[in-house]
Amino acid sequence: MEAFIISMIVAATPLLLAATGELVAERSGVLNLGVEGMMLLGAVAAFAVALSTGSGMLGFLAGAAAGMGAAALFALVALGFTANQAASGLALAIFGTGVSGLIGQGYVGNAIDPLGPVLAVESLPDSAVLRVILGQDAMVYFALLLAIAVWFYLGRTRSGLKLRAIGDDAASAHAVGLKVLGSRTAAVLFGGACAGLAGAYLSLAYTPLWGENMTAGRGWIALALVVFAGWGPIRVIFGAYLFAAASLSQFYGGTLGLSIPSQFLAMTPYLATILALVIISAAGARRNAPAMLGLPFRPDR
Amino acid sequence: MLERRVAPSPALAILSPVIAVALTVLAGFALFAALGKDPVKAMEIYFLSPFADAYNRSELLVKAIPLALIGSGLAVCFRAGVFNIGAPGQYTLGAIFAGGVALHVPEGAAMIWLLPLCLAAGFVGGMLWGWIPALLRNLAGANVILVSLMLTYVAALLLDWLVRGPWADPLGRGFPKTAAFPDGALMPTLLAGTRLHWGLVLAVAAALILSWMLFRTRRGFGIRAMGLAPKAAAFGGFSEARTITYVLLVSGGLAGLAGAVEATATIQQLQPDIAAGYGFAAIIVAFLGRLNPIGALIAALALAVTYIGGENAQILLKLPKNAAFVFQGMLLFFLLACDTLIHYRVRVRRRAGAA
Repeated sequence: MEAFIISMIVAATPLLLAATGELVAERSGVLNLGVEGMMLLGAVAAFAVALSTGSGMLGFLAGAAAGMGAAALFALVALGFTANQAASGLALAIFGTGVSGLIGQGYVGNAIDPLGPVLAVESLPDSAVLRVILGQDAMVYFALLLAIAVWFYLGRTRSGLKLRAIGDDAASAHAVGLKVLGSRTAAVLFGGACAGLAGAYLSLAYTPLWGENMTAGRGWIALALVVFAGWGPIRVIFGAYLFAAASLSQFYGGTLGLSIPSQFLAMTPYLATILALVIISAAGARRNAPAMLGLPFRPDR
Repeated sequence: MLERRVAPSPALAILSPVIAVALTVLAGFALFAALGKDPVKAMEIYFLSPFADAYNRSELLVKAIPLALIGSGLAVCFRAGVFNIGAPGQYTLGAIFAGGVALHVPEGAAMIWLLPLCLAAGFVGGMLWGWIPALLRNLAGANVILVSLMLTYVAALLLDWLVRGPWADPLGRGFPKTAAFPDGALMPTLLAGTRLHWGLVLAVAAALILSWMLFRTRRGFGIRAMGLAPKAAAFGGFSEARTITYVLLVSGGLAGLAGAVEATATIQQLQPDIAAGYGFAAIIVAFLGRLNPIGALIAALALAVTYIGGENAQILLKLPKNAAFVFQGMLLFFLLACDTLIHYRVRVRRRAGAA
């Protein structure tokens, strides 16, 4: 049980990071489908820097920067050139997969020291519960704090309120003098940095290796997660841990005596997301769903 | 700054794909040089080697067939403003349905009808998978992009389960694949000595029929009207819900047909990795082909170049398989940016205090 919970926490962290970033972008009205590409670029950049400098910290920074750079490319096309957001995001996902494979070719087979827990194991109290809570690496806590910070920002600050207004009605927001394109670009860049960190977590802490396509669809799961959580940052935390548990049940299903084929367990996050999407849309309870999600905006005046 | 043109530029509307391809080659050149690989040799292999000999040229057409089938269907779908990005899933369902027919035909049954039956089943499978997002959109208002995307993963897992579980080849020694399809279910080749098959005829026929439907029928007019001005189309009596269902059934069905064609022609069995990224690449095909089914035929050839070039680069330059995606992604980026310039012009504006 302890092993399951620990692996769930580790598996949830990259999902939480990527989904939190995407949530901010989507609340500003921008649907960036390129999370998978940004994560892969973040993963390869982080691994390359960590391997050559020996510093995990620099690795994470490089991952965030790479994700941000990729997001800037998306912002240029989707916001600057007001292109179709879904198509631009897809271009980013395809491009990121290709470039990361090309850059990472020389790093396949190298290994680095994994990110260790913040507190040394010896200093932890002799209780399983406390060991699980206190014995994780720094990014696990960072991801949780980031999601809470985003919740506070979107719900409790003036700037967050403006961002949501832009996501719900860009034309009105523009009319009252809000910087629509500037805010959306900032939100997209934040999303890119988070996706880059999520990728870095995979290559520096989770595996820790570089392999082609190592994100294995986690970027797409993060997109599903944002919808599943109804665009709420706190619900994204629960969703990330739930999705991680569901994906791990593939491996633990046998030991728990489940006879359901693993593929059906792996389907549950996607089916649950469709169900959540239907319920959210049908109930008219689009409280958090950004009204302008995916719609381009160009100020005419 | 971008400034709206009084009228869209007709020259750029046609030139935009050409400019995008040229920019992709240039950017690819720069990228390979920056990564310390010989850019001249890389570009030669990626863009010229697919045309080098008869075999490569026939393989180019083989790869273009599924891309054209999916891409022309997506062109119709995108024209209506319906962004179906679940084509990979619809393709997979088509392959599953075709495989289901091919593998379960009773012995001694009339084999002549087997291939048409497989293809029809594939079309139905794709339609079914395309119909779900339409239904959920029309009943509950669920987002088509997100639902069709999620269904892609469900389809891939379903196929994975089938080829490892109930449909696994009993003689497959644990490899995730089905038994080979019976001869009657295999698509005949068009040219002896190549893999070029009759799917080419299907792809051309599909593009011609869709083009006629889109530009010569009332329904096609409704589709184009809904994409350009949804409210006007609704006032004109075109039901939004029915148009959405129709375009998703058409594009889903054609993606399913592409899956059935690939399964019966080139793979000849089912295995977990049948999709080869055609579903996403076909989205580029639809845009590159100017959302025109006939244009998609030509664009499919352009995308096929990246596939054959990528395979050749994998062998000759030992580059990773994914490197071909660099060109596909760049092509779509450049194309989207160039398309904006059809409607907008770039105007350098000084930040004047008086203005």
